[in-house]
Amino acid sequence: MKIRIAVAMLAVTGVGGIAQAQDADPNLARNLAATCATCHGTNGHSLKGMDSLAGEPAEKLMEKLADFRSGDKPATIMHQIVKGYTDEQLSLISDWFAAQK
Amino acid sequence: MINRRDFLRTMGIAAGGTTLAGISGLASASGSAAKGHIVVVGGGFGGATAAKYLRMWSNGSVEVTLIERNTQFISCPISNLVIGGLQQMDDISVSYDNLRDKWGVKVLTDEVTALDPDKRTVATAKHGTIGYDRVVLSPGIDFIPGAIAGLEGNQELIPHAWKAGPQTVLLRKQLEDMADGGVFAMTIPRAPYRCPPGPYERACLVANYLREAKPKSKVLVLDANDEIQSKKALFTKAFESYGALIEYVPGSKLEAVDAASRTAKLEFDDVQADVLNVIPPMRAGNIATQAGLPLINERWVEVEWLSMEAKGVPGVHVLGDAIFPAPTMPKSGHMANQHAKLAAAAILNLLEGKAPSATPVVMNTCYSFVDGKNVIHVASVHQYDAEKQQPMPVEGAGGVSLVANELEAKTAMGWARNIWADMLA
Repeated sequence: MKIRIAVAMLAVTGVGGIAQAQDADPNLARNLAATCATCHGTNGHSLKGMDSLAGEPAEKLMEKLADFRSGDKPATIMHQIVKGYTDEQLSLISDWFAAQK
Repeated sequence: MINRRDFLRTMGIAAGGTTLAGISGLASASGSAAKGHIVVVGGGFGGATAAKYLRMWSNGSVEVTLIERNTQFISCPISNLVIGGLQQMDDISVSYDNLRDKWGVKVLTDEVTALDPDKRTVATAKHGTIGYDRVVLSPGIDFIPGAIAGLEGNQELIPHAWKAGPQTVLLRKQLEDMADGGVFAMTIPRAPYRCPPGPYERACLVANYLREAKPKSKVLVLDANDEIQSKKALFTKAFESYGALIEYVPGSKLEAVDAASRTAKLEFDDVQADVLNVIPPMRAGNIATQAGLPLINERWVEVEWLSMEAKGVPGVHVLGDAIFPAPTMPKSGHMANQHAKLAAAAILNLLEGKAPSATPVVMNTCYSFVDGKNVIHVASVHQYDAEKQQPMPVEGAGGVSLVANELEAKTAMGWARNIWADMLA
Protein backbone atom coordinates (compact mmCIF):
# COMPACT_ATOMS: atom_id res chain seq x y z
CA MET A 1 0.00 0.00 0.00
CA LYS A 2 1.26 3.44 -0.96
CA ILE A 3 0.85 4.98 2.47
CA ARG A 4 2.94 2.35 4.21
CA ILE A 5 5.82 3.02 1.84
CA ALA A 6 5.46 6.72 2.43
CA VAL A 7 5.55 6.13 6.18
CA ALA A 8 8.64 3.99 5.95
CA MET A 9 10.42 6.60 3.87
CA LEU A 10 9.46 9.42 6.16
CA ALA A 11 10.56 7.44 9.19
CA VAL A 12 14.18 7.49 8.09
CA THR A 13 14.07 11.25 7.65
CA GLY A 14 13.45 11.56 11.37
CA VAL A 15 10.86 12.91 13.77
CA GLY A 16 11.22 16.53 12.65
CA GLY A 17 9.86 15.90 9.16
CA ILE A 18 6.92 13.95 10.49
CA ALA A 19 6.02 16.57 13.04
CA GLN A 20 5.93 19.11 10.23
CA ALA A 21 3.64 16.95 8.14
CA GLN A 22 1.32 16.67 11.13
CA ASP A 23 1.45 20.44 11.71
CA ALA A 24 0.31 21.02 8.14
CA ASP A 25 -3.14 19.57 8.78
CA PRO A 26 -3.46 17.43 11.90
CA ASN A 27 -7.22 17.08 11.42
CA LEU A 28 -7.18 15.95 7.80
CA ALA A 29 -8.22 12.36 8.53
CA ARG A 30 -10.97 13.51 10.91
CA ASN A 31 -12.29 15.98 8.35
CA LEU A 32 -12.25 13.46 5.51
CA ALA A 33 -13.98 10.82 7.63
CA ALA A 34 -16.67 13.36 8.52
CA THR A 35 -17.72 13.41 4.86
CA CYS A 36 -18.73 9.73 5.30
CA ALA A 37 -20.55 10.34 8.59
CA THR A 38 -23.55 11.91 6.85
CA CYS A 39 -24.67 8.39 5.88
CA HIS A 40 -22.51 6.17 8.12
CA GLY A 41 -23.15 7.99 11.41
CA THR A 42 -21.20 10.49 13.48
CA ASN A 43 -17.67 9.07 13.95
CA GLY A 44 -18.83 5.99 12.04
CA HIS A 45 -21.46 4.86 14.55
CA SER A 46 -24.42 4.34 12.25
CA LEU A 47 -28.04 3.70 12.96
CA LYS A 48 -29.74 0.82 11.20
CA GLY A 49 -29.87 0.86 7.43
CA MET A 50 -26.19 1.73 6.90
CA ASP A 51 -22.92 -0.05 7.71
CA SER A 52 -21.18 1.11 10.89
CA LEU A 53 -17.52 1.91 10.25
CA ALA A 54 -16.32 2.69 13.80
CA GLY A 55 -13.80 0.17 15.10
CA GLU A 56 -13.67 -1.82 11.87
CA PRO A 57 -10.12 -2.95 11.04
CA ALA A 58 -8.52 -0.52 8.58
CA GLU A 59 -7.34 -3.36 6.33
CA LYS A 60 -10.90 -4.66 6.03
CA LEU A 61 -12.26 -1.21 5.19
CA MET A 62 -9.55 -0.65 2.57
CA GLU A 63 -10.28 -4.02 1.02
CA LYS A 64 -13.99 -3.23 0.81
CA LEU A 65 -13.29 0.15 -0.74
CA ALA A 66 -10.93 -1.41 -3.28
CA ASP A 67 -13.61 -3.95 -4.17
CA PHE A 68 -16.19 -1.19 -4.62
CA ARG A 69 -13.75 0.62 -6.90
CA SER A 70 -12.99 -2.44 -9.01
CA GLY A 71 -16.61 -3.55 -9.12
CA ASP A 72 -15.83 -6.85 -7.39
CA LYS A 73 -18.23 -5.90 -4.62
CA PRO A 74 -21.70 -5.04 -5.97
CA ALA A 75 -23.03 -1.71 -4.76
CA THR A 76 -25.87 0.70 -5.36
CA ILE A 77 -23.81 3.85 -4.76
CA MET A 78 -20.43 3.20 -3.10
CA HIS A 79 -18.76 2.25 -6.40
CA GLN A 80 -19.49 5.79 -7.56
CA ILE A 81 -18.51 7.56 -4.34
CA VAL A 82 -15.23 5.71 -3.75
CA LYS A 83 -13.88 6.98 -7.08
CA GLY A 84 -14.08 10.55 -5.76
CA TYR A 85 -11.33 9.99 -3.19
CA THR A 86 -7.60 9.31 -3.65
CA ASP A 87 -6.04 6.12 -2.25
CA GLU A 88 -4.21 8.27 0.27
CA GLN A 89 -7.49 9.83 1.43
CA LEU A 90 -9.19 6.43 1.69
CA SER A 91 -6.29 5.16 3.75
CA LEU A 92 -6.53 8.11 6.15
CA ILE A 93 -10.29 7.59 6.42
CA SER A 94 -9.97 3.84 7.06
CA ASP A 95 -7.32 4.32 9.73
CA TRP A 96 -9.40 7.01 11.38
CA PHE A 97 -12.57 4.89 11.56
CA ALA A 98 -10.57 1.89 12.75
CA ALA A 99 -9.35 3.98 15.70
CA GLN A 100 -12.89 4.92 16.80
CA LYS A 101 -14.18 3.03 19.81
CA MET B 1 0.21 12.58 4.74
CA ILE B 2 0.53 10.02 7.45
CA ASN B 3 -1.48 9.62 10.56
CA ARG B 4 -0.61 9.16 14.15
CA ARG B 5 -1.26 5.43 14.29
CA ASP B 6 0.97 4.70 11.32
CA PHE B 7 3.61 6.94 12.79
CA LEU B 8 3.50 5.16 16.14
CA ARG B 9 3.51 1.75 14.51
CA THR B 10 6.50 2.58 12.35
CA MET B 11 8.50 4.24 15.08
CA GLY B 12 7.66 1.51 17.57
CA ILE B 13 6.44 3.95 20.20
CA ALA B 14 3.72 2.90 22.59
CA ALA B 15 0.71 5.21 22.65
CA GLY B 16 1.43 6.64 26.09
CA GLY B 17 0.44 10.17 26.97
CA THR B 18 3.84 11.21 28.26
CA THR B 19 5.62 9.89 25.19
CA LEU B 20 3.26 11.78 22.91
CA ALA B 21 3.46 15.03 24.80
CA GLY B 22 7.17 15.19 24.11
CA ILE B 23 6.74 15.19 20.35
CA SER B 24 5.83 18.54 18.91
CA GLY B 25 2.71 18.70 16.82
CA LEU B 26 1.25 15.38 17.88
CA ALA B 27 -0.23 16.42 21.19
CA SER B 28 -2.96 18.49 19.57
CA ALA B 29 -3.70 16.01 16.80
CA SER B 30 -6.90 14.68 18.33
CA GLY B 31 -8.80 17.86 18.99
CA SER B 32 -8.93 21.60 19.21
CA ALA B 33 -8.23 23.96 22.08
CA ALA B 34 -10.12 26.79 20.38
CA LYS B 35 -11.98 29.24 22.57
CA GLY B 36 -14.76 31.60 21.62
CA HIS B 37 -18.48 32.08 21.13
CA ILE B 38 -20.09 31.00 17.88
CA VAL B 39 -23.63 32.03 17.02
CA VAL B 40 -25.35 29.72 14.53
CA VAL B 41 -28.36 31.19 12.74
CA GLY B 42 -30.74 28.52 11.47
CA GLY B 43 -31.19 24.96 12.75
CA GLY B 44 -31.61 23.08 9.48
CA PHE B 45 -29.24 20.60 7.85
CA GLY B 46 -26.39 23.13 7.80
CA GLY B 47 -26.84 24.98 11.09
CA ALA B 48 -27.65 22.01 13.33
CA THR B 49 -24.66 20.08 11.97
CA ALA B 50 -22.37 23.06 12.49
CA ALA B 51 -23.56 23.51 16.08
CA LYS B 52 -22.98 19.87 16.99
CA TYR B 53 -19.61 19.51 15.25
CA LEU B 54 -18.26 22.77 16.71
CA ARG B 55 -19.00 21.42 20.19
CA MET B 56 -17.81 17.89 19.44
CA TRP B 57 -14.57 18.80 17.70
CA SER B 58 -13.65 21.42 20.33
CA ASN B 59 -14.42 18.99 23.16
CA GLY B 60 -16.82 21.63 24.40
CA SER B 61 -14.23 24.41 24.55
CA VAL B 62 -16.14 26.78 22.26
CA GLU B 63 -19.55 28.09 23.25
CA VAL B 64 -22.27 27.66 20.66
CA THR B 65 -25.63 29.43 20.56
CA LEU B 66 -28.09 28.14 17.96
CA ILE B 67 -30.92 30.49 17.04
CA GLU B 68 -33.83 28.81 15.25
CA ARG B 69 -37.39 30.09 14.85
CA ASN B 70 -39.06 26.67 14.93
CA THR B 71 -39.29 24.55 18.08
CA GLN B 72 -38.33 21.37 16.26
CA PHE B 73 -36.52 20.35 13.09
CA ILE B 74 -38.79 19.27 10.23
CA SER B 75 -37.02 17.65 7.29
CA CYS B 76 -37.62 18.71 3.69
CA PRO B 77 -36.09 15.45 2.42
CA ILE B 78 -38.77 12.73 2.90
CA SER B 79 -41.50 15.42 3.15
CA ASN B 80 -42.70 14.52 -0.36
CA LEU B 81 -43.65 11.16 1.17
CA VAL B 82 -45.93 13.00 3.60
CA ILE B 83 -47.54 14.85 0.68
CA GLY B 84 -47.97 11.50 -1.07
CA GLY B 85 -49.62 10.01 2.05
CA LEU B 86 -46.85 7.48 2.76
CA GLN B 87 -45.34 9.11 5.89
CA GLN B 88 -46.60 11.31 8.70
CA MET B 89 -45.24 14.64 9.98
CA ASP B 90 -43.96 12.87 13.12
CA ASP B 91 -41.74 10.72 10.92
CA ILE B 92 -39.87 13.76 9.59
CA SER B 93 -39.70 15.80 12.83
CA VAL B 94 -36.74 15.74 15.23
CA SER B 95 -36.30 17.60 18.52
CA TYR B 96 -33.40 19.94 19.36
CA ASP B 97 -33.16 18.41 22.88
CA ASN B 98 -29.98 16.42 22.20
CA LEU B 99 -28.17 19.46 20.82
CA ARG B 100 -28.96 21.20 24.10
CA ASP B 101 -28.68 18.38 26.65
CA LYS B 102 -26.04 16.12 25.13
CA TRP B 103 -23.87 18.59 23.21
CA GLY B 104 -24.26 21.67 25.36
CA VAL B 105 -25.51 23.93 22.59
CA LYS B 106 -27.53 26.88 23.85
CA VAL B 107 -30.71 26.61 21.75
CA LEU B 108 -32.82 29.75 21.45
CA THR B 109 -36.24 29.62 19.80
CA ASP B 110 -36.05 33.04 18.24
CA GLU B 111 -35.55 34.95 15.04
CA VAL B 112 -32.48 36.94 14.01
CA THR B 113 -33.61 40.31 12.67
CA ALA B 114 -30.24 41.89 11.87
CA LEU B 115 -26.54 41.10 11.58
CA ASP B 116 -23.72 43.59 12.20
CA PRO B 117 -20.48 42.06 10.87
CA ASP B 118 -18.41 45.04 12.10
CA LYS B 119 -19.60 44.95 15.70
CA ARG B 120 -19.93 41.14 15.50
CA THR B 121 -23.46 41.08 16.85
CA VAL B 122 -26.83 39.68 15.86
CA ALA B 123 -30.12 41.31 16.84
CA THR B 124 -32.93 38.95 17.81
CA ALA B 125 -36.67 39.40 18.21
CA LYS B 126 -36.84 38.09 21.79
CA HIS B 127 -33.33 37.83 23.23
CA GLY B 128 -31.92 41.27 22.43
CA THR B 129 -28.49 41.71 20.87
CA ILE B 130 -26.04 38.82 21.05
CA GLY B 131 -22.28 39.15 20.45
CA TYR B 132 -20.15 36.54 18.69
CA ASP B 133 -16.56 35.79 17.75
CA ARG B 134 -17.75 34.10 14.59
CA VAL B 135 -21.25 33.61 13.18
CA VAL B 136 -22.58 30.77 11.03
CA LEU B 137 -25.52 31.71 8.80
CA SER B 138 -27.49 28.77 7.54
CA PRO B 139 -30.72 30.54 6.66
CA GLY B 140 -31.85 28.35 3.78
CA ILE B 141 -33.94 30.07 1.15
CA ASP B 142 -36.66 32.69 1.01
CA PHE B 143 -38.95 33.45 -1.87
CA ILE B 144 -38.32 36.58 -3.94
CA PRO B 145 -41.05 39.08 -3.14
CA GLY B 146 -43.09 40.15 -6.16
CA ALA B 147 -41.49 37.61 -8.51
CA ILE B 148 -44.91 36.09 -9.28
CA ALA B 149 -47.71 38.66 -9.52
CA GLY B 150 -50.69 37.83 -7.32
CA LEU B 151 -48.86 35.27 -5.17
CA GLU B 152 -47.99 37.53 -2.23
CA GLY B 153 -50.10 36.70 0.84
CA ASN B 154 -51.86 33.78 -0.87
CA GLN B 155 -49.72 30.88 0.28
CA GLU B 156 -52.73 29.25 2.00
CA LEU B 157 -54.63 29.07 -1.29
CA ILE B 158 -51.53 28.30 -3.33
CA PRO B 159 -49.09 26.40 -1.10
CA HIS B 160 -45.40 26.07 -1.93
CA ALA B 161 -44.60 23.29 0.55
CA TRP B 162 -40.93 24.04 -0.22
CA LYS B 163 -40.17 24.53 3.47
CA ALA B 164 -41.35 21.50 5.40
CA GLY B 165 -43.90 22.21 8.15
CA PRO B 166 -47.46 23.57 8.07
CA GLN B 167 -47.17 24.05 4.30
CA THR B 168 -46.52 20.31 3.89
CA VAL B 169 -49.67 19.50 5.88
CA LEU B 170 -51.67 22.04 3.90
CA LEU B 171 -50.67 20.68 0.49
CA ARG B 172 -51.45 17.12 1.64
CA LYS B 173 -54.89 18.27 2.84
CA GLN B 174 -55.67 20.01 -0.46
CA LEU B 175 -54.65 16.87 -2.32
CA GLU B 176 -56.89 14.74 -0.10
CA ASP B 177 -59.80 17.14 -0.59
CA MET B 178 -59.44 17.21 -4.38
CA ALA B 179 -62.17 15.35 -6.26
CA ASP B 180 -61.38 12.46 -8.59
CA GLY B 181 -60.80 13.95 -12.02
CA GLY B 182 -59.12 17.04 -10.60
CA VAL B 183 -55.94 18.71 -11.83
CA PHE B 184 -52.93 19.01 -9.53
CA ALA B 185 -50.65 21.60 -11.17
CA MET B 186 -47.18 22.41 -9.91
CA THR B 187 -44.72 25.00 -11.14
CA ILE B 188 -40.94 24.75 -10.97
CA PRO B 189 -38.74 27.87 -11.03
CA ARG B 190 -35.60 28.25 -13.10
CA ALA B 191 -32.51 26.60 -11.63
CA PRO B 192 -30.72 26.99 -9.30
CA TYR B 193 -33.35 26.27 -6.67
CA ARG B 194 -33.42 24.24 -3.45
CA CYS B 195 -33.37 20.46 -4.08
CA PRO B 196 -32.99 19.93 -7.85
CA PRO B 197 -34.77 16.52 -7.98
CA GLY B 198 -37.44 17.49 -5.40
CA PRO B 199 -40.15 18.77 -7.76
CA TYR B 200 -39.95 15.68 -9.96
CA GLU B 201 -40.07 13.37 -6.95
CA ARG B 202 -43.14 15.26 -5.76
CA ALA B 203 -44.86 14.87 -9.12
CA CYS B 204 -44.24 11.11 -8.93
CA LEU B 205 -45.49 10.74 -5.36
CA VAL B 206 -48.61 12.80 -5.98
CA ALA B 207 -49.31 10.67 -9.06
CA ASN B 208 -48.62 7.53 -7.02
CA TYR B 209 -51.33 8.61 -4.57
CA LEU B 210 -53.78 9.64 -7.29
CA ARG B 211 -53.32 6.38 -9.20
CA GLU B 212 -54.71 4.54 -6.18
CA ALA B 213 -57.17 7.06 -4.77
CA LYS B 214 -58.34 9.24 -7.69
CA PRO B 215 -57.28 7.65 -10.97
CA LYS B 216 -59.18 10.07 -13.24
CA SER B 217 -57.04 12.96 -11.98
CA LYS B 218 -53.95 14.50 -13.50
CA VAL B 219 -50.60 15.91 -12.40
CA LEU B 220 -49.48 18.82 -14.56
CA VAL B 221 -45.78 19.70 -14.16
CA LEU B 222 -45.07 23.21 -15.43
CA ASP B 223 -41.29 23.59 -15.52
CA ALA B 224 -39.67 26.97 -16.22
CA ASN B 225 -36.57 25.04 -17.25
CA ASP B 226 -36.15 23.50 -20.69
CA GLU B 227 -35.67 20.01 -19.28
CA ILE B 228 -35.75 17.94 -16.10
CA GLN B 229 -32.97 19.28 -13.86
CA SER B 230 -31.81 16.10 -12.09
CA LYS B 231 -31.72 12.39 -12.94
CA LYS B 232 -33.41 13.28 -16.24
CA ALA B 233 -33.47 9.85 -17.89
CA LEU B 234 -34.70 8.15 -14.71
CA PHE B 235 -37.44 10.69 -14.03
CA THR B 236 -38.48 10.63 -17.69
CA LYS B 237 -38.94 6.88 -17.35
CA ALA B 238 -40.82 7.29 -14.08
CA PHE B 239 -43.16 9.87 -15.60
CA GLU B 240 -43.85 7.49 -18.51
CA SER B 241 -44.77 4.75 -16.07
CA TYR B 242 -47.67 6.89 -14.85
CA GLY B 243 -49.08 7.23 -18.39
CA ALA B 244 -51.62 10.03 -18.77
CA LEU B 245 -51.52 10.72 -15.01
CA ILE B 246 -48.45 12.97 -15.40
CA GLU B 247 -48.07 15.60 -18.06
CA TYR B 248 -44.65 17.29 -18.13
CA VAL B 249 -44.44 20.67 -19.86
CA PRO B 250 -40.94 22.16 -20.05
CA GLY B 251 -40.31 25.83 -20.83
CA SER B 252 -43.40 26.87 -18.84
CA LYS B 253 -42.44 30.06 -17.09
CA LEU B 254 -44.95 31.21 -14.49
CA GLU B 255 -45.56 34.96 -14.53
CA ALA B 256 -48.64 35.47 -12.36
CA VAL B 257 -51.37 33.65 -10.48
CA ASP B 258 -55.02 34.29 -9.78
CA ALA B 259 -55.37 32.85 -6.30
CA ALA B 260 -59.19 32.81 -6.13
CA SER B 261 -59.53 30.60 -9.23
CA ARG B 262 -56.19 28.80 -8.71
CA THR B 263 -55.03 29.86 -12.14
CA ALA B 264 -51.40 29.81 -13.22
CA LYS B 265 -50.66 32.49 -15.81
CA LEU B 266 -47.81 31.37 -18.02
CA GLU B 267 -46.09 33.32 -20.77
CA PHE B 268 -48.45 32.02 -23.48
CA ASP B 269 -51.17 30.20 -21.62
CA ASP B 270 -53.44 30.18 -18.56
CA VAL B 271 -53.88 26.96 -16.60
CA GLN B 272 -56.67 26.52 -14.10
CA ALA B 273 -56.06 23.86 -11.46
CA ASP B 274 -57.89 22.27 -8.54
CA VAL B 275 -54.72 22.23 -6.47
CA LEU B 276 -52.02 24.70 -7.45
CA ASN B 277 -48.57 24.12 -5.98
CA VAL B 278 -46.29 27.01 -6.91
CA ILE B 279 -42.61 26.64 -6.03
CA PRO B 280 -41.69 30.32 -6.33
CA PRO B 281 -38.36 31.76 -7.50
CA MET B 282 -36.04 31.86 -4.50
CA ARG B 283 -32.81 33.29 -3.14
CA ALA B 284 -30.66 33.16 -0.01
CA GLY B 285 -32.62 33.44 3.25
CA ASN B 286 -33.65 37.00 4.18
CA ILE B 287 -31.03 37.53 6.89
CA ALA B 288 -28.29 36.96 4.30
CA THR B 289 -29.75 39.33 1.73
CA GLN B 290 -30.59 41.99 4.36
CA ALA B 291 -27.14 41.93 5.98
CA GLY B 292 -25.50 43.30 2.85
CA LEU B 293 -23.45 40.17 2.17
CA PRO B 294 -22.01 39.86 -1.35
CA LEU B 295 -24.59 38.24 -3.63
CA ILE B 296 -24.22 36.65 -7.06
CA ASN B 297 -27.13 37.31 -9.44
CA GLU B 298 -28.64 39.24 -6.51
CA ARG B 299 -29.63 35.90 -5.04
CA TRP B 300 -26.88 33.74 -3.58
CA VAL B 301 -24.05 34.55 -1.17
CA GLU B 302 -20.54 34.38 -2.61
CA VAL B 303 -18.23 32.47 -0.25
CA GLU B 304 -14.55 31.76 0.23
CA TRP B 305 -14.58 28.00 -0.02
CA LEU B 306 -11.78 27.18 2.44
CA SER B 307 -13.63 28.84 5.34
CA MET B 308 -17.17 29.28 3.95
CA GLU B 309 -16.91 32.96 4.90
CA ALA B 310 -18.90 35.41 2.84
CA LYS B 311 -16.42 37.01 0.43
CA GLY B 312 -14.89 40.08 2.06
CA VAL B 313 -16.86 39.66 5.30
CA PRO B 314 -14.55 38.01 7.84
CA GLY B 315 -16.23 36.13 10.66
CA VAL B 316 -19.49 35.49 8.77
CA HIS B 317 -19.63 31.88 7.56
CA VAL B 318 -22.52 30.99 5.24
CA LEU B 319 -23.72 27.45 4.50
CA GLY B 320 -26.18 25.40 2.56
CA ASP B 321 -28.84 26.50 0.11
CA ALA B 322 -28.08 30.20 0.68
CA ILE B 323 -24.71 30.19 -1.09
CA PHE B 324 -23.78 30.42 -4.76
CA PRO B 325 -22.85 26.82 -5.42
CA ALA B 326 -19.59 25.53 -6.88
CA PRO B 327 -19.92 23.83 -10.30
CA THR B 328 -22.50 20.99 -10.29
CA MET B 329 -22.96 21.32 -6.54
CA PRO B 330 -26.65 20.89 -5.64
CA LYS B 331 -28.61 22.83 -3.04
CA SER B 332 -29.34 19.85 -0.83
CA GLY B 333 -29.57 18.99 2.86
CA HIS B 334 -26.75 16.50 2.41
CA MET B 335 -24.50 19.19 0.92
CA ALA B 336 -25.43 21.64 3.70
CA ASN B 337 -24.32 19.01 6.24
CA GLN B 338 -20.99 18.77 4.40
CA HIS B 339 -20.59 22.56 4.21
CA ALA B 340 -21.19 22.66 7.96
CA LYS B 341 -18.35 20.27 8.74
CA LEU B 342 -16.00 22.17 6.43
CA ALA B 343 -16.95 25.41 8.19
CA ALA B 344 -16.73 23.92 11.71
CA ALA B 345 -13.21 22.65 11.06
CA ALA B 346 -12.18 25.99 9.55
CA ILE B 347 -13.69 28.01 12.41
CA LEU B 348 -11.87 25.99 15.07
CA ASN B 349 -8.58 26.46 13.18
CA LEU B 350 -9.20 30.20 12.77
CA LEU B 351 -10.02 30.62 16.48
CA GLU B 352 -6.63 29.07 17.23
CA GLY B 353 -4.90 31.40 14.79
CA LYS B 354 -4.32 28.66 12.23
CA ALA B 355 -5.23 28.59 8.56
CA PRO B 356 -8.20 26.43 7.51
CA SER B 357 -7.46 23.10 5.86
CA ALA B 358 -6.21 23.67 2.31
CA THR B 359 -7.64 20.42 0.92
CA PRO B 360 -11.31 20.08 1.92
CA VAL B 361 -13.61 17.51 0.31
CA VAL B 362 -17.41 17.52 0.20
CA MET B 363 -19.76 14.97 -1.30
CA ASN B 364 -23.45 14.60 -1.99
CA THR B 365 -26.12 11.97 -2.32
CA CYS B 366 -29.78 12.66 -3.09
CA TYR B 367 -32.34 9.87 -3.06
CA SER B 368 -35.71 10.33 -4.77
CA PHE B 369 -38.78 8.10 -4.54
CA VAL B 370 -40.48 7.52 -7.88
CA ASP B 371 -43.32 5.60 -6.21
CA GLY B 372 -43.99 4.06 -2.80
CA LYS B 373 -41.35 1.37 -3.25
CA ASN B 374 -38.71 2.41 -5.75
CA VAL B 375 -35.93 4.93 -5.43
CA ILE B 376 -33.24 6.53 -7.61
CA HIS B 377 -30.12 8.40 -6.49
CA VAL B 378 -27.58 10.90 -7.72
CA ALA B 379 -24.14 11.15 -6.08
CA SER B 380 -21.05 13.31 -6.50
CA VAL B 381 -17.71 14.04 -4.80
CA HIS B 382 -16.13 17.50 -4.91
CA GLN B 383 -12.42 18.05 -4.18
CA TYR B 384 -11.05 21.54 -3.58
CA ASP B 385 -9.18 22.88 -6.60
CA ALA B 386 -6.52 25.35 -5.45
CA GLU B 387 -6.26 26.99 -8.88
CA LYS B 388 -10.00 27.50 -9.29
CA GLN B 389 -10.37 28.28 -5.57
CA GLN B 390 -13.49 26.18 -5.26
CA PRO B 391 -14.49 22.51 -4.98
CA MET B 392 -14.75 20.78 -8.34
CA PRO B 393 -16.61 17.54 -9.08
CA VAL B 394 -14.24 14.59 -9.46
CA GLU B 395 -14.43 13.32 -13.03
CA GLY B 396 -15.36 9.66 -13.27
CA ALA B 397 -16.82 9.64 -9.77
CA GLY B 398 -20.47 9.91 -8.77
CA GLY B 399 -23.42 9.09 -10.97
CA VAL B 400 -27.00 7.91 -10.83
CA SER B 401 -28.89 4.64 -10.30
CA LEU B 402 -29.06 2.29 -13.27
CA VAL B 403 -32.79 1.84 -12.72
CA ALA B 404 -35.31 2.68 -10.01
CA ASN B 405 -35.11 -0.08 -7.42
CA GLU B 406 -36.48 -1.29 -4.09
CA LEU B 407 -33.10 -1.77 -2.43
CA GLU B 408 -32.42 1.96 -2.57
CA ALA B 409 -35.77 2.68 -0.91
CA LYS B 410 -34.32 1.02 2.20
CA THR B 411 -31.06 2.92 1.74
CA ALA B 412 -32.95 6.19 1.37
CA MET B 413 -34.67 5.75 4.73
CA GLY B 414 -31.35 4.67 6.27
CA TRP B 415 -29.81 7.83 4.83
CA ALA B 416 -32.55 9.95 6.42
CA ARG B 417 -32.22 8.36 9.87
CA ASN B 418 -28.46 8.71 9.80
CA ILE B 419 -28.22 12.28 8.57
CA TRP B 420 -30.85 13.42 11.10
CA ALA B 421 -28.79 11.71 13.80
CA ASP B 422 -25.54 13.20 12.48
CA MET B 423 -27.11 16.65 12.89
CA LEU B 424 -29.21 16.26 15.99
CA ALA B 425 -28.50 13.10 18.01
